Amino acid sequence: MKFPYSDIVLEHFRHPRNVGKIENPDGKATEGSPACGDMVSVYIKVDPKTNTIADVKFESYGCASNIATGSIITELAKGKTLDEAKNITWKEASEALGGLPKIKAHCSVLAVEGLRSAIQNYEERHGLVKEKKPTTVEVVRQRLRKVINPLTGLSVVRTNLVQDIRVKDGTVRVLVDLPRDHQFAHNIKDEILEKIETLWDVKEVVVEFTE
Amino acid sequence: MADKLIYLDNAAATRLDEQVLEAMRPYLFDTYAVATSEFGYSQGIEAREALDEAREALANALGATPEEFIFTSGSTESSNIALKGVALALSKKKDKHIIVSKIEDFPVLHSAQALEKQGLRVNYLDVDSEGFVDLDQLRDSITNETILVSIQHANQEIGTIQDIEAIGRICHEKEVFFHTDATHTFTRVPLDMKKIAVDLVTVSAHTIHGPKGIGGLCIRQGTQIAKWMDGGFQEFNLRAGLENIPGAVGFAKAVELVTPEETRHLQEMRDRLIDRMLVEIPHSTLNGPRRKRLPQNANITFHFVEGESITLHLDMRGFAVSTGSACFSRSLEASHVISGIGGDHERAHGSIRFTLGRYNTMKDMDAVVQALAEIVEELRSISPLGKNEEKEEA
Repeated sequence: MKFPYSDIVLEHFRHPRNVGKIENPDGKATEGSPACGDMVSVYIKVDPKTNTIADVKFESYGCASNIATGSIITELAKGKTLDEAKNITWKEASEALGGLPKIKAHCSVLAVEGLRSAIQNYEERHGLVKEKKPTTVEVVRQRLRKVINPLTGLSVVRTNLVQDIRVKDGTVRVLVDLPRDHQFAHNIKDEILEKIETLWDVKEVVVEFTE
Repeated sequence: MADKLIYLDNAAATRLDEQVLEAMRPYLFDTYAVATSEFGYSQGIEAREALDEAREALANALGATPEEFIFTSGSTESSNIALKGVALALSKKKDKHIIVSKIEDFPVLHSAQALEKQGLRVNYLDVDSEGFVDLDQLRDSITNETILVSIQHANQEIGTIQDIEAIGRICHEKEVFFHTDATHTFTRVPLDMKKIAVDLVTVSAHTIHGPKGIGGLCIRQGTQIAKWMDGGFQEFNLRAGLENIPGAVGFAKAVELVTPEETRHLQEMRDRLIDRMLVEIPHSTLNGPRRKRLPQNANITFHFVEGESITLHLDMRGFAVSTGSACFSRSLEASHVISGIGGDHERAHGSIRFTLGRYNTMKDMDAVVQALAEIVEELRSISPLGKNEEKEEA
């Protein structure tokens, strides 16, 4: 039989490592969106003494390369320091898997981003963000580039769904150009909250809709 | 791993029937001349006779005369000739307009888009949640500038059979040409051009255990259509190119081998497949209608899981199917058919198409349901979605 993937990819696809949720994780993140396609959630437990990843698990709503990358990234990250783990690239994950088809980059990069975001989530929750840059409109906009507009599969920033961003005294207001009762309004609001709430100097996030 | 492949992707390609190969064999090894050599040597005459005979059989199957049927390289070419040929023939007409449905297969859809770039106006008709076009919307869309309506006989993914009889009546009343892509219905769902007012019909051999690389376009006498594949004078000077005699003979044989009994059997297998999947696999949704559906097509979305993962797991267990997931497609676009019937990305993401053929058995249906139940459960156990719903049910 012939498959479009390497033997290592197939092995991880068939028997993914470190699958599941961690109850009360120290850090967690979800990348992608159910409405657009692949999605991956990453959970981490951190050993605060050594600042290393004590445990890491993932869940995938995705294709073979998404599942395999989620699996390999947990193996690569376990035992590593947060800084080391943060620097794991898609290329390293892909090489560890014996290569991935180029066209699959977009589904497999989610796991890499998921790990980074989970670490970032941990650092923000534990006040470990080294450079405490104040949150500006630009910082918010950058973060919202990861929120996908399910109508198009592109970011809410790129598709001009985010009409206005205001940052004042720890409150971030985001105006989304959608009716409040739109089928994706709830989903988009949740994703925006998840990305912005963890910023160290943000006290409140308000998501408003145009209608 | 299964030792025998259970092939459930017969809309993409079918296994050649041995009897088709036997019918073709003499035209590959003995009578390998082409029909254009008929005034040169006797093999050319034999080739001409074989081609004429095949043409007559194909035309008969559609209720047409042999002069109305031309052979092509397949349904992609047939639909291209239909849309572009009619547009070219009526090129003097100003503000030309054509109408297609949103869920047409790519040969029609992309031909329409190509014509749009050339300046034609195109209407893409909506379909309802089961894939049916709205006949009132069609009637209202036809203007004095409309030259052609192209609406498929049945959908390639979700199996919806359109009411082409009614569509034909509307087009006939309004005096516009009507093309239908019958790739997936040909010989399985009756289409008699004596009864249905359709002017152009696309058919292909690859869906009925015939050879690949041969199809046809039936063109009702009086239809204005221009030649755009230039070269020799083959196919009534409508389509230049070397005649594919073995292909034509194989196509005719493939048509001869399809029986109503076989089609009924496909339908029984389809119904069992759909019934069992919907009952035994939780959170599954049928895409397309229950009735007025291609007898050989089932299409189901398994929520909270992704289609390419399902197809790969099925492949490892010896089953071949297809999915509407973006991850499966080279364009990374989710199925335009599922979005056409109002489904979101999630519905396309977990959609699996099963298309049945001559070599499938009822046992295959039971086997694939069993395999799917296990695979879907396994993939759901690693999915971040759907956990709450499952708990509620338990």
